[in-house]
Amino acid sequence: MSAQALVNAEKGTSLWADAWVRLKKNKLALFGLGVVLFLIVIALLTPWIAPYGYEEQNLELGATPPSAAHWLGTDLFGRDLLTRLMYGGRVSLAVGLIATSVALLIGVAWGTIAGYVGGRTDAIMMRIVDALYALPFIIFIILLMVVFGRSLLLLFLAIGAVEWLTMARIVRGQVLTIRNQEYVEAARAMGLSTPRILLRHVVPNSLGPIIVYATLTVPQVMLLEAFLSFLGLGIQPPQSSWGLLISYGAEVMEDYPWLLIFPGLALSITLFALNFLGDGLRDALDPKASKD
Amino acid sequence: MLRYTLLRLLQAIPVLFAVITATFFLIRQAPGGPFDAEKPVIPAVKRALEAKYNLDLPVWQQYTQYLGDLFKGDMGPSFKYPGWDVHDLILSGLPTTAELALYALLVALVIGVLAGVFASLKPNTAQDYIPMSLAMIGICMPTFLLGPLLVLMFGFWLEWLPVTGWGDLPGDKILPSITLGAAYAAYIARLTRGGMLEIMSQDYIRTARAKGLPEWVVVTKHALRGGLIPTIAFLGPAFAGLLAGSFVVETIFQIPGLGRFYVQAAFNRDYTMILGTTIFLSTLIIIFNLLSDLLATWLNPKLRSQFRGGAV
Repeated sequence: MSAQALVNAEKGTSLWADAWVRLKKNKLALFGLGVVLFLIVIALLTPWIAPYGYEEQNLELGATPPSAAHWLGTDLFGRDLLTRLMYGGRVSLAVGLIATSVALLIGVAWGTIAGYVGGRTDAIMMRIVDALYALPFIIFIILLMVVFGRSLLLLFLAIGAVEWLTMARIVRGQVLTIRNQEYVEAARAMGLSTPRILLRHVVPNSLGPIIVYATLTVPQVMLLEAFLSFLGLGIQPPQSSWGLLISYGAEVMEDYPWLLIFPGLALSITLFALNFLGDGLRDALDPKASKD
Repeated sequence: MLRYTLLRLLQAIPVLFAVITATFFLIRQAPGGPFDAEKPVIPAVKRALEAKYNLDLPVWQQYTQYLGDLFKGDMGPSFKYPGWDVHDLILSGLPTTAELALYALLVALVIGVLAGVFASLKPNTAQDYIPMSLAMIGICMPTFLLGPLLVLMFGFWLEWLPVTGWGDLPGDKILPSITLGAAYAAYIARLTRGGMLEIMSQDYIRTARAKGLPEWVVVTKHALRGGLIPTIAFLGPAFAGLLAGSFVVETIFQIPGLGRFYVQAAFNRDYTMILGTTIFLSTLIIIFNLLSDLLATWLNPKLRSQFRGGAV
């Protein structure tokens, strides 16, 4: 065995390098990752690369099918659909990412504390999660939107506050196994404080499932936002999102079908990509978890 | 089992109570009273209206009164539809929504179970990949997109089916039922495939085959019972989703059901109506979650024996 091979063998592979190798083999997941990265870049650059201004109208032009000047056509006010899709995508993605972060923060904190402290605290905290699971959340979100007005911030919080339950369960399960590992015991023996143990040892070691579930939560959240916007209870004009564009397109689809089809495609492809990426990450990071 | 059932029932009661209380006080926080119409109402008229709807009492008294009325099945009058009581409105919309949800569930179960079993018989072949890819599309295609697309295709372009209404024209129930059921067909297909694959590798399936039973008997009589447990456990949460979906489907197809009433009440700020429907729908969802849990427990011999041991 050559010296180089020995070095390679000894270096071993970290969890992340290992996961990346596995992810690379999954074509669908790579496609999903590509689409997601592409969308994020587009969303970040929209103000500079959008072909027209967001407010730009051309009432004389009216609704036109896709053409060289307007790749995806225009709506009844002569507004460029591609431009509106790009700006709408920013809102949809932002809702997806921010609401997922809210869910992540609450879920990880809740699950970690319940799992690590254990005992009666754990029992009470998880019974609360069980009870909340039984609540009809979709109705509750609509109720919140009615009561507190239809603000974007509230939408983030309401959706985030709903989606943390599963995250809490997953994290708790992880923490229950991690807290009895030797390295945690060693950290405790060294006299580290509990918050420090949690932040330095417990949370980083349950990152795999957390990332997987977060990736799968983003499409759910985007779907929920689009659902609310479709009903007129989510994003309000003049702001736009894909759900709102679909709702608008559905009203006029008989005469201007492209106004429905392109926003629908944008949303569907994004949801597809995120789901494939999430499934791929699950296989790569958490091979033990089953698919359904 | 009986003890378990009673325990779960008892657990559902505080949840329900919490829902009623939270909804009641949330609605009281809403900006703008129901009578803050476009044109100002004369103060005396406003006071009379508020007295009629008990809005002049202290909040806690309104609450206890509401609870008392609710116990008798009375949800008070609608703020926006004078002369209508909330429970009348709910009862008038309920049959339509129930019918829609039932048809959608039938669509979902028939297509989903057939596709799932079909796919599980030859895993990792075209027979598996094709239905499962379709299922993935079904999951990623939201109801509010699928509905308009189906209307566009079968209503406007092919002109095969009516695009609005419920029971007014022949065939007008087809598109709404498919729209609502499609995503659940997809989920059920995936769950059934997973469940069947697990069961088909069990020893008792090998025994059944070794007895010389034909494959279809093994699948339908032996495997399906166990393989369907994940699907049945899914039906409870699916019911909540069906209700949410009915908001969209009834809006798209202009069906006068509970879902459309709810969305309209949310728009009109018809507070008593929102309160009543929220409580009603929540109760339904909680009950269905409970039922599907109990059914799944009862069907699973391993879980059932836990309860048979001691206390029952």
